[in-house]
Amino acid sequence: MLTLSIKSLWNRRFVVVMTVLSIALSVALVLGVERLRSAAKSGFANSAAGIDLIVAPRGDQVQILMATVFGMGSTGPGISWTSYKAVASMPAVAWTVPVSMGDNHRGFPVIGTTADYFDHIRHSGGKPLDFARGRAFSAADEAVVGAEIAAKFGYDVGTTIVNAHGAGEVAFDVHDEAPFIIAGILAPTGTAVDRFVLVSLGGFDRVHGAPDTVPTDPFAAALDAGQAAAHGAAETTDDHKQHDDQHGNDNHAGEVGISDAKVRQHGNVHEPDKINAIYLGLVDRSTILSIQRFVTEYSDEPLTAILPNVALLQLWSITSTAENALRLMASAVALAGIVGMVVMLSASLDARRREFAILRSVGATPARVFSLIVMEATLVTAAGIFVGYLLMLAASFMANSALVAQFGVRLAVGLPGLGDWKLMSAILVAGILASTLPAIRVYRMTLADGLSFRI
Amino acid sequence: MDKALVNITSLVQKWPDSRVPTLDISELRVGHGERLFLRGPSGSGKSSLLSAIAGVIEIPPRTVEVAGSDIGSLRGAERDRFRADHIGFIFQMFNLVPWLSALENVLLPCRFSSRRRQRAGADPALTATRLLRELGLGDPALISAAAMTMSIGQQQRVAAARALIGAPELILADEPTSALDEEARSSFIDLLVKECTSGGAALLFVSHDRSLEDHFDRVLEMPELNRAGRRC
Repeated sequence: MLTLSIKSLWNRRFVVVMTVLSIALSVALVLGVERLRSAAKSGFANSAAGIDLIVAPRGDQVQILMATVFGMGSTGPGISWTSYKAVASMPAVAWTVPVSMGDNHRGFPVIGTTADYFDHIRHSGGKPLDFARGRAFSAADEAVVGAEIAAKFGYDVGTTIVNAHGAGEVAFDVHDEAPFIIAGILAPTGTAVDRFVLVSLGGFDRVHGAPDTVPTDPFAAALDAGQAAAHGAAETTDDHKQHDDQHGNDNHAGEVGISDAKVRQHGNVHEPDKINAIYLGLVDRSTILSIQRFVTEYSDEPLTAILPNVALLQLWSITSTAENALRLMASAVALAGIVGMVVMLSASLDARRREFAILRSVGATPARVFSLIVMEATLVTAAGIFVGYLLMLAASFMANSALVAQFGVRLAVGLPGLGDWKLMSAILVAGILASTLPAIRVYRMTLADGLSFRI
Repeated sequence: MDKALVNITSLVQKWPDSRVPTLDISELRVGHGERLFLRGPSGSGKSSLLSAIAGVIEIPPRTVEVAGSDIGSLRGAERDRFRADHIGFIFQMFNLVPWLSALENVLLPCRFSSRRRQRAGADPALTATRLLRELGLGDPALISAAAMTMSIGQQQRVAAARALIGAPELILADEPTSALDEEARSSFIDLLVKECTSGGAALLFVSHDRSLEDHFDRVLEMPELNRAGRRC
């Protein structure tokens, strides 16, 4: 029966190829959307791995998550170093990593933190951060860059970089008076960390507390046109004052109200006046709610402690409408592909009545002819799924560099996962079920129906 | 009913939308290995009779028995299986699957009938090739050519080989020579009769052409056999 099906399909190969392509495009779209969705979700979830709580100025938990973990948006007015010490000194707290934000390097977030960041932050199910080259920063003028930044700009250990104020890609306020030397490059993680420039808290504040210097930017020629334009003007003392004043009103809480006097050094530990957030690891995770309550009820300043996973769930619930709409569209396209196949099979039925009658005249039972139609549909759908999967892989391969650069999302290019198998099986079953409609029509045809035509 | 291969008794058959019967035959017997020629003009019910014997059309129970089976009592799929096992049918229009090769068309009954497959020998493809060769289609290029690319005469031979493969007990031939000239017609009948004889099959051949009568053991006039045909 399989041989007969293949020969019959080959006899109608043009229409069959068109149908296979139609199903393939549907399958590629459905699988692509699903992969994109799961890659974005796992990338987000992996970015917050290892962190039990994030403490930030009081605000919306999704906004805090986006700002502190993904470097998107802001966290509000900042947390005082006193509050940081109060949180860090709690017995249930195993470790803390303070973070300051607000600067960018050629559009990528700059995070001020401590070297503890590299010990405690995890990715992809608990893997520690590894250095592809170099080491963690140990001086205020050293930086560590994520894998994506290093790859995009061709940075290596020893390269000097300059950061700019603000989170946007186009910088109007470049801190070229305080360049950083890259001390280490992180191995790829597939998370937001790949897109971070990490500097010490001292280095972060140094940018805004440093004395005026003649701006020097060794990379001016390589910068984007907008950035290059910003580099063209030297910062003056007035510029700096104006710039720091701006920080007081925006997300750059790490330097809120920062002046030379506000950047203090206590022994070997730099203590800024304010930071943006604190990553927390607990001794015992069962105390998470009591710590959260302590932070919420902290009287010296309004703070929030968010559970990254809970905030992620809220984020997914916000994005679920768009996600569902995307899935619905992809499913509609898949349905259109299958309907196209049913139309192809049904349209050919009249032309093939004689073919089926001949098969029955030589002994094929109605059930055999029924199974011939279903077999053909199975082959067409399976071929469509196979080609669609290859199309999706090719599209993923080609789109990955753009997706990583724009969204930090990398689509897996490899064998199908469980989710892919489920989707492909569902499409195959839908195709087979849909083919029973024309098959039933053929089943009901009488043998005498088709035996009176000439070839 | 006796031991005849085909035994027809009181067969009255009407099409669903007709008041007048197409077939009204009180009795017809075809013996094992017999070569019977049924002659009659168009509309005398020849094709309908063959369709009734082959179970292509619905007929009342206990009216047509072939190889001991009551065709009218068999359900659709059973009739299909019975036909594949016991009957080779050469249609007037040949009814080949156009996109299959000559060889694949001949082998079709062996696909659906294990009985025919067993009786076609250890290698049914060899048997099919031999049949085609004996019927004048020995060229390998022709054997592997798609049926739709063949001439009428070639299609007719393929249809005959398909009916003969697996040595069914009964060959029904519905005016398969109508599109051929006299010389080709006679040559084809000779070949067909010879193959039926060597396979031990009975041959029921219907045609309006009197010139073919000499090739058969017995000749029946359809208008005399079919009272419905006489009324027409």
